[in-house]
Amino acid sequence: MYLRSNYRDFFRACSGLIEGAVNNIEALLSFIPITVFILVLVILAWRLSGRGMAVFTLVSLFLLVSMNIWDETIRTLALVLTATFMALLSGVPLGILASRSDLTENILRPILDFMQTMPIFVYLLPAVMFFSIGVVPAVLATVVFSMPPAIRLTNLGIRQVPAEMIEAAASFGSTPLQMLFKIQLPLALPSIMAGINQCIMLSLSMVVIAAMIGAGGLGGIVYRAITRLQIGSGFEGGLGVVIIAIILDRITQSVGKESPEKKAA
Amino acid sequence: MASKIRVKNLYKIFGPHPQQALKMLRSGLSKENLFKKTGHTVGVHNVSFAVQQGEIFVIMGLSGSGKSTLVRCINRLIEPTAGEIYVDEKKITRLPSQELRQLRQKKLAMVFQRFALFPHRTILQNVAYGLEIQGVKKGISENRAQAVLKTVGLKEWSAAYPDQLSGGMQQRVGLARALAVDPDILLMDEPFGALDPLIRKEMQEELMELQEKVHKTIIFITHDLDEALKLGDRIAIMKDGLIDQTGTPEEILIHPATEYVANFVTDVDRSKILRAKNIMIRPTAHVSINDGPRVALRKMKKEALSSIFVLGENRTLCGIVTVERAVEAVKNKETGLQQIVQTDIPTTTPETLIQDLIPVAAAAKVPIAVVNEKKKLLGIIVRVTVLAGLIGGGENNNNVGSSAESGNNVKESARSMDHISDPLPTSITGMG
Repeated sequence: MYLRSNYRDFFRACSGLIEGAVNNIEALLSFIPITVFILVLVILAWRLSGRGMAVFTLVSLFLLVSMNIWDETIRTLALVLTATFMALLSGVPLGILASRSDLTENILRPILDFMQTMPIFVYLLPAVMFFSIGVVPAVLATVVFSMPPAIRLTNLGIRQVPAEMIEAAASFGSTPLQMLFKIQLPLALPSIMAGINQCIMLSLSMVVIAAMIGAGGLGGIVYRAITRLQIGSGFEGGLGVVIIAIILDRITQSVGKESPEKKAA
Repeated sequence: MASKIRVKNLYKIFGPHPQQALKMLRSGLSKENLFKKTGHTVGVHNVSFAVQQGEIFVIMGLSGSGKSTLVRCINRLIEPTAGEIYVDEKKITRLPSQELRQLRQKKLAMVFQRFALFPHRTILQNVAYGLEIQGVKKGISENRAQAVLKTVGLKEWSAAYPDQLSGGMQQRVGLARALAVDPDILLMDEPFGALDPLIRKEMQEELMELQEKVHKTIIFITHDLDEALKLGDRIAIMKDGLIDQTGTPEEILIHPATEYVANFVTDVDRSKILRAKNIMIRPTAHVSINDGPRVALRKMKKEALSSIFVLGENRTLCGIVTVERAVEAVKNKETGLQQIVQTDIPTTTPETLIQDLIPVAAAAKVPIAVVNEKKKLLGIIVRVTVLAGLIGGGENNNNVGSSAESGNNVKESARSMDHISDPLPTSITGMG
C-alpha cells in the first residue's frame, strides 16, 4: 500500500509504457493484411525449418482465420512478443552479468528459483494491485515467469565457452568487452537462442492465466469457454495457442541451430 | 647481452592461500608435506632462466611438471605467486591490465596444444583476430592475414571454418594467427603434441624453416625429448615444478646434471645430435713431416700404436704412417716420411653429425681425423666411439666424450674389431 500511494506516478508511467507497447504491436500486426502476414510466416518457416513446417504454418494459420479467431491470435501474439521482448531485455544482460561473477550467479539463483516455482497466482495478485486489471499486470506476470530460462541459459552458454578459447582470446590482448562480443556471445549463441525459445514458450503458457486478469486474446476465449462450459470454443482458443506455440518454437529453434549449419556448409 | 626474456625466482602455487603456502615452502617444507598439510600444489618452484633474442628455448618435461603453467606465467594468463619476469628488461609481473594487454597484443603471441581456433570465425578471421582487436582497419588486417596464411601454405583455405581442416592444418592456422601480429616472442605450448608423428615431424621442419626467415624468440614447450633436441637452441628440463638443467642439446646429452635428466636421455639416438667435435679426442702422439721413420716408429712403440698421424707446419694434417710402412722404410734406409705417408685417409669437420660418420668409420682402417677448413688437425675420432654408439645406451654413455680410449690405435683395432664386427651390419642398415 505504501508503494502504491507513494510511487503512483512511477507505476502509471510503467503501465502506460507497457500498455502502449502491447497496443502498438497489436496495431502493427493487425495493420498487415492477413494474407501478407501468413505469407511472411510461411516463407520464414520454409527458409528456417523446411518445407514441412511451411505447409503446417500455411494450413494452421488458415484454420485460425476460418475459426474466426484471427484478431484474438494477433492480440495474443502482441502480448507474447511484448513480454518476451521485455524478458530478454533484462534477462540476457542479467545472464551475462551472472556469467562474469560467481557472486552474482549465487545471488540470482535463489531469486530465479523463486520466480519459477512460486505459483503464478501469488504474484498475479500484487501485480493487479499495482496496475489494476488489464493487459499490464498480465504482461508483467508473464515477464516474471518467462525470464528465468533466458537468464539461466545465457549464463550457462557463456560459462560453457571452452576455457582454451578464452585463453586464446586473452593471449592476444582482448579487452573484456571484445572477449564478450567477439568470442563469448557468438559461441554461446545456440544456448542463448534456446533460452529465447524457452522464454517464448513460457509466455505462451501464461496467456490463459493472464486472460483471467483481463489480458484478452486467445486466453480470453479459453477462459470464457471455461466459465460457460462451452467445450467447442474452448478447444478453438486452445488450438490457437498450440498453433502459435508450434510455429514460434520451430522458427526460433532453427535460428539457434543456424550458425553451426552455416559453418558446415 | 641483454636477454629477451628473463625469469627470476618464479613461483606459482595453486590453492586458496598461496602466499602462506609460499612462506612454508620457502622455510623448507617439502612439496608433498605442503600438499598434505594445506592442500596447496606447487606448479612452478623457484624457476629462473633467461632467453636470448632469436633463440628457440625449449622447456621439456612430462605432464604435471609445471611447464604449461610456467609458459602461461610469462604472458600472465596465470598470475605467478612470486618472482619476477622481464621482457626486454622491463618487469612485467606487476604490469597494470591496460599495459599487459598492450604487451600481449604487440610482443607475445601464443600457440596452443589444442589449437584453440575460434570455431565461429573463418580461417582468415581467425588469423586476423589479433590485428582486429588492436583496431587495425579491416582491409589492412585481412591483407596481412592473407599474407601470413600464404607463408604457412593455407592461402586457399581462408574462407573455410576451422572444423573443415585437419589437425596439422589447424595448427598452421594457429601459428599463422600468432605470426599475424608480428610479435617478438612466440610462446608455443606443446604445439605439435596433438598431431600424429608424421605430421609432427613435418611441422617441426616447417617451424625450423620459418624460424630461419622470421628469427623470433621462441619458447617452446614439449614433453618429447627428441622434439626438444631437434628444435632447441637451448633446453630446460623441468620436473615437479623445478628446472633440473638448462643447456644446449649437446650439454644435456653429454653432462646430464641429475639422475632424472640422465634417465631421460639414455634412450636418445645420440648420433643425430652429437657432432664430431663432441666425441673427438686429442691424439696422444704425432710426428712431424720432417721427422724420419725411426722417430715415427719410436713414438708408435712408446704409445703402443699401429699408426701415427703426420703433421706439417701449423699442425696441418699431411697423412698417416702405419707401422708396417715405417718398418719397411727403416729397412730400406729411407730417411724422410714423405715417401711413405698415406694421404688418402678419412677426415671430417668438427660440425659433422656422428650419424654421418658411421659409414666412414665402418669403412676406415685408421682413426678419423677431425680437421678445420685450413686442414689443421683438431682431434681424432677413434672408430669405436662412433660404432659403439650404435649398439646402445649404457655403453654409449661411457664412451661418448670420454677419453677412456685415449686414442690408442692398437688397442682400438684390437678391441673394437671383435667387439663390434658382429652387430655392425644390422645396426647400420637399421640406422638408414
